[in-house]
Parts: sequence; structure tokens; C-alpha cells
Amino acid sequence: MPLTLLDKIWDRHVVVAPAEPGLPTVLGIDLHLVHEVTSPQAFAELERRGLRVRRPDLTLATMDHSTPTDPTIDRAALRVLDAAGAAQLDRLEENCARHGVPLYSLGDERQGIVHVIGPELGVTQPGMTIVCGDSHTSTHGAFGALAFGIGTSEVAHVLATQSLLQHRPKSFEVRIEGRRQSGVTAKDFILAVIAEIGIDGGTGHVFEYRGQAIRDLDMEGRMTVCNMSIEGGARAGLVAPDETTFDWLRGRPFAPKGAAWDAALEDWRALPTDAGAAFDRSIALDASRIEPMITWGTNPGLAISIRGRVPAPAEFSDGARATVEKALAYMALEPGENLLGRKIDVVFVGSCTNSRLGDLQAAAGVMRGRRVAPGVRMLVVPGSRRVKRQAEEQGLDRVFREAGAEWREAGCSMCLAMNNDRLEPGQYSVSTTNRNFEGRQGPGGRTFLASPLTAAASAVAGRIADVREML
Amino acid sequence: MRRVEGKVAPLPIDDVDTDQIIPASYLKVTDKSGLAEGLFANWRGAGDATFVLDRPERRDAIILLAGHNFGCGSSREHAPWALLGAGFRAVLSTRFADIFRSNALKNGLLAIEIDTSPHAELMARAQAEPDLRLTVDLERRLVELPDGGSVPFQIDPFARTCLLQGVDQLGYLLEQLPHIDAWEATHAARLDTRVG
Repeated sequence: MPLTLLDKIWDRHVVVAPAEPGLPTVLGIDLHLVHEVTSPQAFAELERRGLRVRRPDLTLATMDHSTPTDPTIDRAALRVLDAAGAAQLDRLEENCARHGVPLYSLGDERQGIVHVIGPELGVTQPGMTIVCGDSHTSTHGAFGALAFGIGTSEVAHVLATQSLLQHRPKSFEVRIEGRRQSGVTAKDFILAVIAEIGIDGGTGHVFEYRGQAIRDLDMEGRMTVCNMSIEGGARAGLVAPDETTFDWLRGRPFAPKGAAWDAALEDWRALPTDAGAAFDRSIALDASRIEPMITWGTNPGLAISIRGRVPAPAEFSDGARATVEKALAYMALEPGENLLGRKIDVVFVGSCTNSRLGDLQAAAGVMRGRRVAPGVRMLVVPGSRRVKRQAEEQGLDRVFREAGAEWREAGCSMCLAMNNDRLEPGQYSVSTTNRNFEGRQGPGGRTFLASPLTAAASAVAGRIADVREML
Repeated sequence: MRRVEGKVAPLPIDDVDTDQIIPASYLKVTDKSGLAEGLFANWRGAGDATFVLDRPERRDAIILLAGHNFGCGSSREHAPWALLGAGFRAVLSTRFADIFRSNALKNGLLAIEIDTSPHAELMARAQAEPDLRLTVDLERRLVELPDGGSVPFQIDPFARTCLLQGVDQLGYLLEQLPHIDAWEATHAARLDTRVG
């Protein structure tokens, strides 16, 4: 029987198959990524039961959510400014030291957003099962790994047993064929997909992104697409590994070397979905018809093309109308208005969605020789120390600084406003992040999600802008 | 755990995400205590008592009657911890986001999915009758109304069994360790995170 990529990864990780329908599978986990916010209660649970971390060699920790990205705030200053955040960092260090879990702490050259460092270090590899106490773990699916977010109870399960109790998810083919237009990015693809299926469209499923337009994306673009699978309700998204994947992985610090690399390649080449394999659901989009996208509402599914108009509640089904009215009120927008030209206060380029080198290069390409509009604050937050160093080697930091933007340290930053980077009540931001939920970037803040290109163009204009006019 | 019986707080809003249930600024903790303070923190305390949990007649509700797709967004288990901390024992919806449902059931917060039409009827009734009491009967998989009516629900059968029999899921997994040992012996790890 022809198998999907999901089937193949799942089947090779079944430790105990369900004895009867309805029971979960015991699923083996190849890699567990850990950060400071969702792990302390899990380590405490191990302590309570007198358990050890079973496989510290398959566990990797870093700090990203509660870390400062202001370069002037060191660890001592953080203890004063944000004692609770500092306590989370201290606790992670204690827990990792006690259990022998490798940790890339604040100041380590390998530190960064967990979903940026996994791939860049090469710990993320095709065919793996990867989990983390963070919903954007779906990012790693770009490499053809089954990667999904888990809660803290499950973090404890994996720490203690290197396995999880899971029901087999359904498969959902998201096919994007055709060639994308200039000014259109992976971010626009995924916003278009979620606008099409809705934020609960993928519940209970794993997406597999397929088609020529997906094959044409580089690894960073594929990560952006997979990252936001969870915003479409799917815990995981997959892209089949191919030469683009292998070229990206070859030579990374944790990638297999020598004969082990050759063996891995042979294994990885067998992973893609077989011809004729059936999916539980399928949709298809035409890349050539996707325009730069921007959200107008308070969930990632409420998105339009950059030249579109904000819809009216009457255009939605009965069930969705109240959500739309609430979103319009929160965003202080009128049905029928164009977002293009609307004044903004803040532009944020960063997050596990769009903080990789290619994202920064794209934004810098628009900013070069231009300035951030008066009255607009622009933050550029690289996803990792390594991305920051690479960007600086290319002079991107100078481009941003000379344009009047802030160049920060690596971390989650204003994506979820756990540190001091946040919107003021009522402010509007164009943000390259993944969630425009009420208050996500700070209480009362209003978020327009868009690509790094659209964000940079909007920073220059001081208003929501169509980057295609600046390319 | 077999039954949850008590007053209802109707929250007829779809797509309530975990950032609303508990904003990220409340996640800066290293334990599970005190999280109830953050429950719907950006919606509560507006002063006009329009939000359901601010209304005096709803303060002792232990069943949250939520809209469609409750708990979407982040994986934060702080969301069910905050609901439990505030006294809630069950959430009723037409659909839960996958991670929220998993987190809730692991903590004994009953995430109960019912069909759209009985959900709408329950919502109308709960809004009209602040004193309405419902019983969630986990054994019989029924939401029971005081007048004898009932609404059937589906629930993950494994989670249900664990809750009914007091089985701890981590304990269950630990019993599988011989199988995990055997599987690991045949499934070589491709990396060692300690030597990069």
C-alpha cells in the first residue's frame, strides 16, 4: 500500500501499538527541545517521583522566551528589572545541570529561539520525531520530521521515558502549484492557506505541504510555512526532504558525517510520500494567484491580500460573525476599508516564523538606502546568536541601524511580549510573527501579521505598504 | 473522577485562544500556583462587569460553556492550570484545539465536546438562567440538565478510562519502559546532543 510521509515516520516510531481502537500509541521521540517557560514544572514532577531524565543525549535546552533582547541588559540587570524572568533562566540552568541536559544559555554563541537553533545546528533531521513544549515546534517539519508542540505534562513524560502517548493524526495535503510572483513569500503562502481553511481547519490533522511552489522554497521559506501549521489548527506540518534539504543540512555541527551521512541520505530519500498514497483531506492553491497577504483581525485566519478590503461581518457564516465583529472592534477597523496606507506605530521583524538570515536579508534589501518613517519604531530581532553574527558579517545590522531601526539580541521578544519588548495599548504594529491575538504583543496592542518584505516596506512608508512598489 | 456538578459560566465566543485564557506575562513562574490571577486577565476587571466571570451570579461557576475551537494557539499548560485554579472542573465546547484538550485531560479538567445544536441550546439556557446547574457524567458520557434532559458527548476513551480509574498517564508510560528499552535497541539514535 502506498504510504504518506506521515505514515512512514509514524510507523518507525511505534514503540507499542494500540491493543484496541481508541487507545493511544506509545510513540518514541528522537529529539526533545526544552526552554525555560514550559519546563520547570516538568522537571519538578521528575523530582517529585525521584526520576531522572532518561535520554539527556536526545535532549537540548536553550533560553528564548523570557530573555532580554536589549543588548544593555545583562544577567545582573535582568535580576533587577525582571526577577521572575531571571528566576526561570536560573531554574533551567539548575535543572539542566542536575540532569546532564546540554543547555545553550544566555551568552552562549549557540543560544537563540529554539526553533531557529535546532535546524541551524543540524539536530533537526528528516524522519525524526521532535517535540518541544511550544506549539511552533511544527517549524521542524520543514525537514520532513514529525515535529509537534506538547504541554508541560508531556514534557515530563518525554523527560522521563523519551516517549509519548499519542493518537495517530489524520493526514491533510496542502498542495501549492505554480510559480510565485515577485514580492510574494512563504509567509504569504501560509497566510493564504489559513485564510482558506480557517484556524481550526487542520485540527486533528498533520499537514503535508506539496507541489512545485513548495519545492521551489528554500529551507527558510519551508520553515516559515511549517511554523504556522498550528495557526491552521494542525499540530504539525511536513515538507518531504529533497536535495534542498540535504544541501542545507550537509556540514552542520550535528549532521551525520562521512559514512553515517551516506547512510542517512539513503534513508531520507525513502521518506517522501509514495505515488498514489491517499490523504484524509486535500486542498490546492495556485501560487501565481497569491498576493502579499496581511491580517486585519485577531486570529491568523482573518487575512486579506495587501490591496484587499477589510470584510464585513455579513460576508461570514452565522457562526463566525460574532468573532469578526469582535475583531473589528478590537482592531478599530471599519468593514470595507483598505489597509494599504493605514498609519502604523511599530514594525517588528523577528520570531520563530521570520527571524532567519534570509528573512533579515529580505527586510534589509528593502531598507537599504531608505529610512524608517518618522514616528515609527522598528525592531529587528535575529532568531539566534548565529543568525545575528552572520547578519553582522554581511553588514545587515548597519543597514538597519542606518535606517533608524533597533538591532537587538536573539530571542522571542515582541512576538509574545514576555520580556520588555511590547506594544503600548492602542498601538498598531506590522509584525512578521505568527499570532495577532488580542494583546499578544502587549495588552491593548494591535497586530497586522505580514512578511518581512511587507514589514520593511511599511516601516519605510510609516503606513501599511505594498512592497511591490519598492522592489 | 466520575461526575462534575455545578453552576455554569457561558462564554459564547468562538476561537478563544490560550493568550486570552492566560496572557504570556503570567507565564513567568516556575510552579503552578497563583495562575488563577491571570485567567482571562485582559478581559476581566473592565469595571462594567460585562465579562461573564466578573458577574457576581457567575462567580461560583465550575463549568465553562465555551464557544467553538476553544484553546487554540499556544501549548501553554498554564491555561488549564489557571482554569482549575479558578475552580473550573469542566469546559464544554463544540471543538477544542488539540494541545489544549490533551493538556486539560491530563490535569483532570474535563474538556467535553458536544454537537453544535445541543450546544447552542445549552448556551441559550445558561445565558438566561444564571442558576442553571449541569452535571457532567463521565461514566455515562452525558451532560445532564436539571429537568431530566441530557446531551451525549464524546471523549478520548483512554483519557476517560484514566480519569475514571485514577490512572496516572506518566505512571502508565513508566510501565512501558521494557518496551521502550526494546524499541531503542532497534532504533539507533542519529545524534548525541551532548557532543556537537
